Amino acid sequence: MTNRGASPVGIALLGGANAGAATGRGAALLALGGVALLLAPLVADRYLLSVLTTVLWFAYVGQAWNVMMGFSGLLSLGHALYVGLGAYASAALFVHFGVGPWAGALLAMLVAVAAGCGIGFLGFRFGVKGVHFALLTIAFAEVARVGFDHIQWLGGSGGFFLPVEAGVSDPLNLRGSPLLFYYVILALTGAALLLARALLHSRLGYQWLAVREDAEAAEAVGVDLFTARMTAVAVSSALTALGGVFQAFYFNNLFPEQVFSMGRSIEIILPAIVGGIGTLIGPILGAFILTPMGEGLTFLLEVSGLELPGLKQLFYGVALVVIVVFRPDGVWPWLARRLGLVRANAEGEDAR
Amino acid sequence: MSTALLTVESLSKRFRGLKAVSNLSFTVPEGRILALIGPNGAGKTTSFNLIAGVFPPDEGSVTLKGTRLTGLKPNQVCAAGIGRTFQIVKPFGHLTVEENVMVGALARERSVEVARRQARALLERLEMADAAQRPARSLTLPDRKRLEVARALATRPTLLLLDEVLAGLRPTEVDRMVAVLRDLNRREGITILMIEHVMRAVMALSDHVVVLDHGEKIADGTPPEVVSDPRVIESYLGAEEA
Repeated sequence: MTNRGASPVGIALLGGANAGAATGRGAALLALGGVALLLAPLVADRYLLSVLTTVLWFAYVGQAWNVMMGFSGLLSLGHALYVGLGAYASAALFVHFGVGPWAGALLAMLVAVAAGCGIGFLGFRFGVKGVHFALLTIAFAEVARVGFDHIQWLGGSGGFFLPVEAGVSDPLNLRGSPLLFYYVILALTGAALLLARALLHSRLGYQWLAVREDAEAAEAVGVDLFTARMTAVAVSSALTALGGVFQAFYFNNLFPEQVFSMGRSIEIILPAIVGGIGTLIGPILGAFILTPMGEGLTFLLEVSGLELPGLKQLFYGVALVVIVVFRPDGVWPWLARRLGLVRANAEGEDAR
Repeated sequence: MSTALLTVESLSKRFRGLKAVSNLSFTVPEGRILALIGPNGAGKTTSFNLIAGVFPPDEGSVTLKGTRLTGLKPNQVCAAGIGRTFQIVKPFGHLTVEENVMVGALARERSVEVARRQARALLERLEMADAAQRPARSLTLPDRKRLEVARALATRPTLLLLDEVLAGLRPTEVDRMVAVLRDLNRREGITILMIEHVMRAVMALSDHVVVLDHGEKIADGTPPEVVSDPRVIESYLGAEEA
């Protein structure tokens, strides 16, 4: 079994902003991947495009979640809350007030940030830490799930629907073909990657990492823990809410049981865990591993005619156990080292 | 004697009835090195934590150059000009040595690049430049102790609190650290308050020594005065040599 200490580059990747900087080969591969995704709709059929859209959506929200857990060490198991708030806020603005999603997204993000900061305030002000903080995040997501069932203005448990007009292409209102949505989520994923990278290299980013590594030591070198953690929650919840806006306008229907579900929160955190918590590429790679595997499994079940409810969940469970046991730092640090995609700058671990 | 940089006045702290620090008063004159010594459990680290704002005192006050620090949080105490190390070292393990020191430098510096340059200069100064790109968790204990000092110094303190930075070091390493500390004090005028068990270093470095026992100050004077004090010999020095 590989433990953390035994994988130098893994450490470098989990490590600071500068650790594990991309080599020429790594940068080239990233660019190649980006171009491939840009050109994918030329060859992908409708189904493949929908799978890619799902992959990118999880890569995006995984990146958002990573800002809290990976950068700042704050475990949120209730990120479905921010997805749901973003989705419902933008959908309500659109349906009830005719406000387009791009403008609505701003308010949706504000709502999610308010919720996140509320939870953060309770947690950080009263010293709720680690697992207990995670429980707090679950509790709020569950309250929202149950609560939204009873808000008739938002459709209640019967669901909230956005009007769909066939053949309309109106990018300004996020109405249009799957192709439009594909490029929107691709742009969001790219932007989130760039934003996360910029944050990681900023003063705030270093302070987040310090808080993640040792809060007491961070405070002793002048980091205001409350502010650092609150900004992490704010950034993460705002980004996640944007993912919710996308979801609302992509699927055109929202059910509290689905959007706010515990299962959804877990689905959001899996890509980053599988790909590598605290790494920039991890959530993206994790999404590209998990979603296609899930789709493949669904396909196999259909082909074989087997009816096994819950098998997909079981599969996710097994996949997670395998990753946690064999690649506790995630797949990306290991892959990057094997393929020489990052500079190994942690020789000290071996030299010791 | 020069003016007081740090003034500790009637400081008291109880933990569930146990008096950890009791009515402690002393001053650290500007530009000097003061050592806080005493047997284990005498309240030395508690005193440090009270000064650094880890928890508030039950009674008493701490002032730095006339500014009252009592009730401030650790990050505010740092901003006021006090840098500290931890007895149990607390490196940012997954970050590189350079990044560790950068975080310290970012306390007063907004630019990441300037902070990086400052970190490099400090590491050079503490003879750790070779380890700059290694993850902090890969360092040996003496290097981790030096990293603690480097990170605290990066916050550009006027007063440096050192909690047993020499403990566990080999004699040659102690000598190196003593030289570095003396240099910092003489050349940069950094005032130092150190908790230390290594008496050789205490005698070599400090201008003044405060001795604690059971949370109370039992002696206060120059190193030669203190080591010849019967109470100190009985409670601390004698006990060790016995």
